[in-house]
Amino acid sequence: MTALGDYRKREESISYSVESAGMGETHELLSLNIGPHHPATHGVLRLIATLEGEVVRDIKPIIGYVHTGIEKTAEQKSYWKAIPVVERMDYLSYYFNAMAYCGAVETLLGLEVPPRAQYLRVIHLELNRIMSHLVWLGTSALDLGAMSMFWYCFRERETILDLFEMSSGQRMHTRYFQIGGVFEDIPLGFAEKLQKFVDAMPARADQYADLLEKNQILLSRLRDTCILDEQTLLGWNVTGPLLRAAGNPWDLRKAAPYSSYDHFEFKIPVGSVGDNYDRYRVRHAELYESTKIIDQALNGLPEGPTIADDRKVVLPPRHELATSMEALIHHFKLVTEGFRVPEGEAYYPIESPRGELGCFVRSDGSAKPARVHMRDPSFVNLQSTAPMVKDSYIADLIATLAMVDPVLGGVDR
Amino acid sequence: MPDAAGLEVLADALRAADPSSVLGTTFDRGRAEIQIDPSKNIEVIELLRERGFNFLASLHGVDYYPEEPRLGVVYELLDMKEVDRVSLKARVTIDAAKVTSVTSIWPGADFPERECYDMFGVVFEGHPDLRRILMPEDFEGFPQRRDFPIGGEPILFTFNETERYGKDR
Repeated sequence: MTALGDYRKREESISYSVESAGMGETHELLSLNIGPHHPATHGVLRLIATLEGEVVRDIKPIIGYVHTGIEKTAEQKSYWKAIPVVERMDYLSYYFNAMAYCGAVETLLGLEVPPRAQYLRVIHLELNRIMSHLVWLGTSALDLGAMSMFWYCFRERETILDLFEMSSGQRMHTRYFQIGGVFEDIPLGFAEKLQKFVDAMPARADQYADLLEKNQILLSRLRDTCILDEQTLLGWNVTGPLLRAAGNPWDLRKAAPYSSYDHFEFKIPVGSVGDNYDRYRVRHAELYESTKIIDQALNGLPEGPTIADDRKVVLPPRHELATSMEALIHHFKLVTEGFRVPEGEAYYPIESPRGELGCFVRSDGSAKPARVHMRDPSFVNLQSTAPMVKDSYIADLIATLAMVDPVLGGVDR
Repeated sequence: MPDAAGLEVLADALRAADPSSVLGTTFDRGRAEIQIDPSKNIEVIELLRERGFNFLASLHGVDYYPEEPRLGVVYELLDMKEVDRVSLKARVTIDAAKVTSVTSIWPGADFPERECYDMFGVVFEGHPDLRRILMPEDFEGFPQRRDFPIGGEPILFTFNETERYGKDR
């Protein structure tokens, strides 16, 4: 029997009919297929749920529908050309993907990032965090039946995307972060527009809370549903807002600050019970904290270069190409071959909107990475959905999936 | 990250329990790594867990082609109290790519181990459900290995599924 024949046989052997589970004639288990194309799965996620009446006894996530082999593709690109590829993994937090990858390569190179670039990175990372949480809030509220929240969230998201477009020319997958710093300084008018956004955002977040938290339907769907305690979550290697909702204040921005996060004052929101309501509250509170960080970074933005001054790694400024032979040679070498990275391995973890995003890069001394691996928080956190929804109603499964916030681009890579 | 001396203290503690479990240590650009005997990964991890490294931040495979033993399984351990990281690396050969699963310690190692099996063909013994996770179930070969060719992967639809592309790869 060929592998393909085997596969077809297995596919056909899945039964969606009512099966007796040895519980007598009055009780039966039902296997229900949800997805891969279903609005409530936030992407192409397929779940096989085993139901007893309305109660979920088990779910099996089936993933891989948007696997595009990004890690393999990155191995074929020179280091700087791999940035756009890794950005496309988790398509809601592209700045974070680029940051983790650039951080790992910078660690291998021993490259120091100038303070202004670090601050600009923080500004964009936190804008990206707000943007990602807004998409999460809008779509989650949609899953729970709150239609208008979606439009309000996407209104603010538009403002953020406009800012991204201003600083880099792109709205998504901006490739703004470079190895050694950022692509270029923020343009004129960016700071004013950003300040306006920062001033407006807390009031907007208040409005979201007013819309959602006085809604009895939403509250009763979130409160005390699908609780998972801290120790169990740690066993499932869960990080990010899900872990913080259970009361563990683990946040890499505070615990192991990178990119000047120790310069800013912010709080880490934590939950108390670890139910869906806490998961919602933690992310909602993070909107305010991220706004505070952006405000501090923008007003304390140091002067100086926006990219490291290592001509063996960083492209020379455009104007030098016309006057300096040296710059022309460097430019040619960097664009054609790329730069070589000394042999070694690095694991660079950062706090993405969904948890610990770690990039592992192995260099074999050539101009292309020998291995790029992303520890994507969605991929790991998704496993914890099954213990969360066990023995709760199928309606809570949809709410929990929304609160887990998996991004399938990051899960499948 | 433990510093270079801290790494040696850790490695010595592991050696004291079982001299053959540690094959070497590397401290390079802030990254502390202990190379371990792949058959003793559970014992080593249990010892490190007692010393605080009780969170599995990441598990991934690496292919060191053309070096031997080719495959590496890397465990990135994290100590949340001391904010310390240490990585363990178990090198296995292609022909005996077998490591004991750590799903009994961390149920969350389930997906990462399946991914490592899917991409590199490392078999995790004791894993409850070791199947391909990202690649299609009928896929042949292990795509993240360095000698696996890239490009030209035909897409399988229902109409051409019997043509079985890539069979003779």
